[in-house]
Amino acid sequence: MSVEDKIIAIVAEQAFLEPSDVTSSSTLEELGVDSMALVECIFAIEEEFDIQVPFNANDPKASSFDISSIQSITQAVEGLITAQKA
Amino acid sequence: MRRVVITGQGTINALGHDAKTTLDAMSNGVCGIGELEFQNVDRLNVKIGGQIKDYKADDFFNRQEIGLYDPFTQFALISAKEAISQSGLEFTEELATHTGVILGTAGGGLTTQDENYRTVYEDGKNRVHPFVVPRLMNNAAASHVSMIYGLNGPTFTVASACASSNHAMGQAYHMIRSGMSDVMITGGSESMLCFGGIKAWEGLRVMSKDGCRPFCATRNGMVQGEGAAVFVFEEYEHAKARGATILAELIGFAMTSDAADIVMPSQKGAASAIRRALRDANVSPENVGYVNAHGTATTANDKTECAAIREALGAAADDVMISSTKAMHGHLIGGTGGVELLATIAAVNDGMIAPTINHNKIDPECDLDVVPNTARQEKVDVAISNAFAFGGLNAVLAVRKV
Repeated sequence: MSVEDKIIAIVAEQAFLEPSDVTSSSTLEELGVDSMALVECIFAIEEEFDIQVPFNANDPKASSFDISSIQSITQAVEGLITAQKA
Repeated sequence: MRRVVITGQGTINALGHDAKTTLDAMSNGVCGIGELEFQNVDRLNVKIGGQIKDYKADDFFNRQEIGLYDPFTQFALISAKEAISQSGLEFTEELATHTGVILGTAGGGLTTQDENYRTVYEDGKNRVHPFVVPRLMNNAAASHVSMIYGLNGPTFTVASACASSNHAMGQAYHMIRSGMSDVMITGGSESMLCFGGIKAWEGLRVMSKDGCRPFCATRNGMVQGEGAAVFVFEEYEHAKARGATILAELIGFAMTSDAADIVMPSQKGAASAIRRALRDANVSPENVGYVNAHGTATTANDKTECAAIREALGAAADDVMISSTKAMHGHLIGGTGGVELLATIAAVNDGMIAPTINHNKIDPECDLDVVPNTARQEKVDVAISNAFAFGGLNAVLAVRKV
């Protein structure tokens, strides 16, 4: 599974959707991921890829970790994998 | 209904080891938050907190006592001793029958649990100290206060997360008011500054790594503290008859449940608790001069709380001073309402309005007078203290100078 496929699986589970309902351009907002589910997604991503995600629920937008869409999350995760596994 | 007054107060927290030092620190806007020091702190992402520094249990307790007292019990006992000593009460057999202890805590003996889980899971040992259970149980602090002073009245512990202290003091208030007790030792205590305690909070992603800045546009989360504050609540005629110094009168209390979300605060639930506390106290919003806010410095709490205060006080909200002393002592979770009642009493008793420190940028969503950075000297008639817990549980106390 690619990084994106894994992220889609994680987000789909939190949003109570089938992975097939989630695409690269899906935004968390349109998938109905609320703040609690978002924190669970971040946790699942950290566990799945064994990385640390910089994320503060007080200000999700302030973080360098862009959570606006599946695509942006995938790019951010790939960046963190490269940086933290190097 | 009988009147209830406060005749003693005691505390130990990051700002000081007694009430006077703590209040002096508050009036000077001292920040008690700094680098955390305990085992495995290097494995935490959040490394700051309002930790009690220069504290040695040996200075207060003997070896046998330390074997039985988790830090949350130690903090409660130190605070209770100061409060009872200030009250000047002597517990005769008759009075002891009508005196109880109600304390709040969220984590109880969490440090004891943390240390002993480490022993059995990480160190692989198969034996723990025989007093692990009596140390960790949530009612340990209340029971030890009761035992030391021989108090036989209603004694128990209240756990409602961040509202524990306010709920506890509300129960104590009701017991004296209704005639069930003449004196109550009440307040709260917390000792969550250990690896497991902070690690659990980290998971929620609401903690700040760099400081507690309530109501500030730059705020980015809460910072934990530790310690206790304990008070002597006494029936008014009883206190008057013995010529006791009265710090303040407790005039109202209300509690509500949001029945909505396990972590997100609700403006409606908070506003309703404030409104009901004022109704219970039989005062109007114009009488309220100071609000000791819950003010956790999370994005959600502070804007919701400001909106709730506006909703509950109406036009009077424009004239009220509100501050969050958490920026100085941190969030003591189950003990926080206790330490914050010290500031609330100081407002009506001495006119000392504790500031909201670390405030450097106005947030339009927190458009009240948050007493930024510098304490004020103002005459206040009525003051209230808010506590809004995870789980949607709200508890508000109202006090007035006698």
